[in-house]
Amino acid sequence: MSNTIIQVQNVSKSYWRDSFEIPVLNDISIDVHEGEFLGLMGPSGSGKTTLLNLIAGIDRPSKGNVLVAGTDITKLNESALAKWRSHNIGFVFQFYNLLPVLTAFENVELPLLLTSLSKTERKKHVEFALGVVSLSDRIHHYPKQLSGGQEQRVAIARAIVTDPTILVADEPTGDLDKRSAEEIMNLLERLNIEFKKTIVMVTHDPRAVEKAKVVHHLDKGELS
Amino acid sequence: MRIFKLIFKNALRHKLRTLLTIIGMAIAVMAFCVLRTVVDMYYAGLDATAANRLIARQAVSFIFPLPYSYRDQIAKVPGVQTVSFANWFGGTYKEKKNFFARMGVDAETIFDVYPECLVDPKEYEQFKRERNSCIVGSEIAKQYGFKVGDIIPIDGDIYPGKWEFVVRGIYKPRDKVTDATQMFFHWSYIDERMKQDMPGRAGQVGWYIIKIKDPSQAATISEQIDAMFKNSSNATKTETERAFTQNFISGFNSLLTAMNFVAFIIIGIIMLVLGNTMIMSARERTREYAVFKTLGFSGGHLFGLILGESIFISALGAGSGLLVTYPIVSGIAAILPKGFFPYFFITPLTLILAATAALVVGLAASIFPIQRALRTRIVDGLRFIG
Repeated sequence: MSNTIIQVQNVSKSYWRDSFEIPVLNDISIDVHEGEFLGLMGPSGSGKTTLLNLIAGIDRPSKGNVLVAGTDITKLNESALAKWRSHNIGFVFQFYNLLPVLTAFENVELPLLLTSLSKTERKKHVEFALGVVSLSDRIHHYPKQLSGGQEQRVAIARAIVTDPTILVADEPTGDLDKRSAEEIMNLLERLNIEFKKTIVMVTHDPRAVEKAKVVHHLDKGELS
Repeated sequence: MRIFKLIFKNALRHKLRTLLTIIGMAIAVMAFCVLRTVVDMYYAGLDATAANRLIARQAVSFIFPLPYSYRDQIAKVPGVQTVSFANWFGGTYKEKKNFFARMGVDAETIFDVYPECLVDPKEYEQFKRERNSCIVGSEIAKQYGFKVGDIIPIDGDIYPGKWEFVVRGIYKPRDKVTDATQMFFHWSYIDERMKQDMPGRAGQVGWYIIKIKDPSQAATISEQIDAMFKNSSNATKTETERAFTQNFISGFNSLLTAMNFVAFIIIGIIMLVLGNTMIMSARERTREYAVFKTLGFSGGHLFGLILGESIFISALGAGSGLLVTYPIVSGIAAILPKGFFPYFFITPLTLILAATAALVVGLAASIFPIQRALRTRIVDGLRFIG
């Protein structure tokens, strides 16, 4: 068995809407091993995206701890957490979230602006990442000039360009047609197998989750 | 790709909106500069005053004359270097609209007390020799095409009758604030005719211009001069040239204050225009800012992005405004009668104020968007539907 890279320890999360406390996750504990492809499934409102956000360090639990590669990220302040995310996490969103004013190249280059890499080195990294997602020929295209599947591939290139340890994907095929969804899932599988990326993916697409090695089901904030 | 490129691309994302904002700012900056220039030019007379010049006028009002005989008495006051005098002539050159200052002066001393009016020594000697000659400023010479040897006909009003003056010299201003729109001629030429036609008005001058040796003695010398004529029928009020000019301008104070106020209100308006643009832009980009944060960009980066965009737009607006202001101010200067505004130009202070205002507007307009971008939690931002 490989090393545990993510440890979610007794995590609970509630949101406040006006004066009402809405529990979303209730005492969840999960271990994710290095190189694992974990699928999180569940109906809408089950708390799967919230759990993903906690693992990615873009939200904080109400109770419990989240340890990633030995770092308890719940203890980091905002700026340390931002820095940690830029080094360790690649995020793939359902709606791609590319910047419309930037080309595919520039969108992928964005996370590298936070590094000390030179322009030439950045160019090399971006071209490699776009090559991995088979979009070397669309490098200077703007998002509006790409199909949904291509946009998602650019988003994946952006997620991997800094060579993060973990990829988190929130419904990566949720906005795509069947064929494009399949291409994206094949790409994520390749990243997991060939590039040894640990992937945590939220989906309620049964076909998508087939690529995951481990699947957890969430319902009403609890693992089932 | 650099952050600056991103700022540039963001600023031009909604080209029409950005263009309208830039045009709005440009018009506002232009209006601000023109208003400030008008106000500045009213006060510019103060810049042209000299510390070593006193003006003695009739104590009741500037419009009442003083006896010519005061001249020698004033000259005896310790500290006085030169005493000169002038007399407002009025009159019309061809048409009423051709307004410029026409003054009967003491030909022997006038350029001694006004060294900033530079005149060729030969022309000056010729002027002194001819009783009906005059010297005109280079600005009006240029405007009306006056040349040495020309005769300038004036229809008198304060001093009735037809008058003719031969141009014997053209003076040039020493600097930008020196008035080059005046016409000087011999006071004695007027006085001679007054002696013949209106003896009661002979021997009178408008005001005395007193050059003193030590500017720090201005108050003492003024008091001494006024004390000499205190109990006469023509008491004097002597003050520094600056104080005299200030009193003269004070009649327009309310108007100038209102213009100044409007100029700064305009700055407030452009702040709202740019603020509105920035708030709309930042609101539309709520999700993008959340993505930036997710990728590891800090609050400082977002601060720089939004502030940079705001300042970029305000700088473009201010720059365009200033570019159009110069030809507009030149155009206004060309159509204004020279006598009303002897000089009309944008002062460095106005430029600095406009540039500072643009910077402040850029900063202020970005405050709310920055606050919003920083306060919005990533998870809320990612869920935002604009």
